[in-house]
Amino acid sequence: MEQLLHVKNLEVEFRTYAGVVKAVRGIEFQVNPGEVVAIVGESGCGKSVTAQSIMRLIPSPPGRITGGSIIFDGENLLNKTERQMQKIRGNTIGMIFQDPMTYLNPVLTIATQITENLRLHKRMNKEQAMRRAVELFGLVGIPEPEIRLKQYPHQFSGGMRQRVMIAMALACEPKLIIADEPTTALDVTVQAQILELIKGLKDRFQTAIILITHDLGVVAGQADRILVMYAGQIVETGTTDEVLKKPSHPYTWGLLKSVPRLDAVKGKKLTPIWGQPPDLLQDFTSCPFVPRCDYAMSICAQQMPPFFNGNKVRCWLNHPQAPKVKFKKEVS
Amino acid sequence: MGSSSAQTPILQVNKLKKYFRQDSSMFGRSERWLKAVDGVTFTIQTGETLGLVGESGCGKTTVGRTVIGLYQPTAGWVAYKGINLARVTASRRLKNRRQMQMIFQDPYASLNPRMTVGDIIGEPIAIHQPRIRNKERADRINELLNMVGLNPEHANRYPHEFSGGQRQRIGIARALAVEPELIVCDEPVSAVDVSIQAQIINMLEELQEKLNLTYLIIAHDLSMVKHISDRVAVMYLGKIVEMVESEELYNNPLHPYTRALLSAVPIADPDVERQRKRILLEGDLPSPVNPPSGCYFHTRCYRVLPVCRQQEPAMRELGNGHYVACHNV
Ligand SMILES: Nc1ncnc2c1ncn2[C@@H]1O[C@H](COP(=O)(O)OP(=O)(O)OP(=O)(O)O)[C@@H](O)[C@H]1O
Ligand SMILES: Nc1ncnc2c1ncn2[C@@H]1O[C@H](COP(=O)(O)OP(=O)(O)OP(=O)(O)O)[C@@H](O)[C@H]1O
Ligand SMILES: [Mg+2]
Ligand SMILES: [Mg+2]
Repeated sequence: MEQLLHVKNLEVEFRTYAGVVKAVRGIEFQVNPGEVVAIVGESGCGKSVTAQSIMRLIPSPPGRITGGSIIFDGENLLNKTERQMQKIRGNTIGMIFQDPMTYLNPVLTIATQITENLRLHKRMNKEQAMRRAVELFGLVGIPEPEIRLKQYPHQFSGGMRQRVMIAMALACEPKLIIADEPTTALDVTVQAQILELIKGLKDRFQTAIILITHDLGVVAGQADRILVMYAGQIVETGTTDEVLKKPSHPYTWGLLKSVPRLDAVKGKKLTPIWGQPPDLLQDFTSCPFVPRCDYAMSICAQQMPPFFNGNKVRCWLNHPQAPKVKFKKEVS
Repeated sequence: MGSSSAQTPILQVNKLKKYFRQDSSMFGRSERWLKAVDGVTFTIQTGETLGLVGESGCGKTTVGRTVIGLYQPTAGWVAYKGINLARVTASRRLKNRRQMQMIFQDPYASLNPRMTVGDIIGEPIAIHQPRIRNKERADRINELLNMVGLNPEHANRYPHEFSGGQRQRIGIARALAVEPELIVCDEPVSAVDVSIQAQIINMLEELQEKLNLTYLIIAHDLSMVKHISDRVAVMYLGKIVEMVESEELYNNPLHPYTRALLSAVPIADPDVERQRKRILLEGDLPSPVNPPSGCYFHTRCYRVLPVCRQQEPAMRELGNGHYVACHNV
């Protein structure tokens, strides 16, 4: 299959007063047309920076993409000018963010904001754009679209604003949608509505989606493939079944065991991941997860693990000579 | 829990209401009231954990704040160890303030940035036990820091030097400082990182065992609440709609809202997710200023009956401590 997106060896830094934050440290992944790829990991591991890099929205200064390439539809986005990127954003790549209010203009009506994109990218006239906007509101389940379109962002609830964002992201029929924590700020019943909506749209339009979240539950029901990030690196990848049912990295295992599951039996203790998330000012010459890992061997503190199992997992436990660990058995 | 009904519950909350006045328009005559808590009744036994769940804005924090006396009830009452808080003597009230503590929703906003961690934890001791000498207080602070998994050296640092999880521990140490019996934990882990949440939850469970604490745990995360609670109360728009032992809530939810809520919680297992049938509710939470007639849930309910629009369902006990307020049940 022809891949839609190929992120190669991407590196991103931020120069801060405290020093250089290496937020993304050489990550590599692909997204195929119509595929949902989830990026998971704890706060600060580099999920949003990865998304912002694809959109070329890294604030500079302090940020800078220092290496790699981002091939979208056969072209390297890192070679594009800002003008060329403007033709891509909101057109062939759509975006949905955690907090829609930072992306919606509070002083413009929703209609103005949706139709602007359509007129710019699709050269529609005012009426055509308005008709399309009404259609889009129907698609994302906003009742009385004609009335709602004339309103301002603050007149919508959180869930409704997220629907507006989705409508805007879909307006130009993008090939790729990047959704950065699209439901984190929402209540569970509203989250369920939005996730159902995203799933339906994917089935209908074959849009590829990069779904960023820290909630492995959300991922289980949505994603085809999962990328697990830790300290700016991808530490495990695989199909959703592989990663959630047979994790090969102790960090993935830790994420799965440290969050209570609704269907868990009563009285089971949670297994925390000890210690704190790593400091990204540091350079890592060995596995960055070592200080928090229950399974660390001496090699783990000495050498950076390569990828094992066909580029699937970055952990020494998967070396043929490493002892078999119990968590792999326990999951399946 | 499971204690004989003859024993007075440590906390009784009866028909509690808390309304806030809304300044709708400058020249408006009619007063508008936001009904944050609208008739809530529950009890907690010593050593028990009651979880309070519900979606944003349903009134959970307001219940917690009213319980520990930060808000005056608009109607109804709260009794601590059998004594109505509104009727207690001044000295007794001070004692109650000490015995009931709250851990706040936001560990970033609730710690004074200009105070050292030692002073933050020592402050309630200074207020409630002014006669304790400095040396003794310093020892107590060290002991508390140890108890919540921090170092004594941390006492001289400031809150901004700590991560979210560590700040939550500081908040917990502060609440424990005056040897409380009841702690209201408002979203104890929602502001900390996923990987850190289990540390805090396990710690709360261990402290409860060690110190025989009673918890009212407020959260919107049903999985977490189910894990930590003996019983769970589900709130919707200022009212409790269902209350039951936590395992039973999961196995046998009766209120349509509880069912929808449970069905919406994602589970990190692709096999489970593929087979699940979601109950999708339509629309959003109605405004607590203008709640719907009859049953507050009827505007979003998928099992609505004509009676639901007219008459508020009473809370009924169905035996084995399962309470539910629904015309359908
Ligand atoms: N504008 C910036 N200036 C300085 N550092 C930044 C900036 N943006 C991001 N970073 C740093 O880059 C790292 C990765 O951040 P990123 O926002 O990608 O995390 P994330 O995985 O999205 O976390 P979260 O789950 O909290 O959203 C963090 O250490 C962050 O502090
Ligand atoms: N001091 C106050 N003055 C006016 N209105 C208030 C006040 N505190 C809360 N409210 C309102 O009361 C309702 C209930 O709020 P509360 O904070 O108790 O909800 P919650 O269930 O804790 O929500 P969340 O999950 O978002 O924390 C909300 O509509 C809120 O806006
Ligand atoms: Mg982010
Ligand atoms: Mg609250």
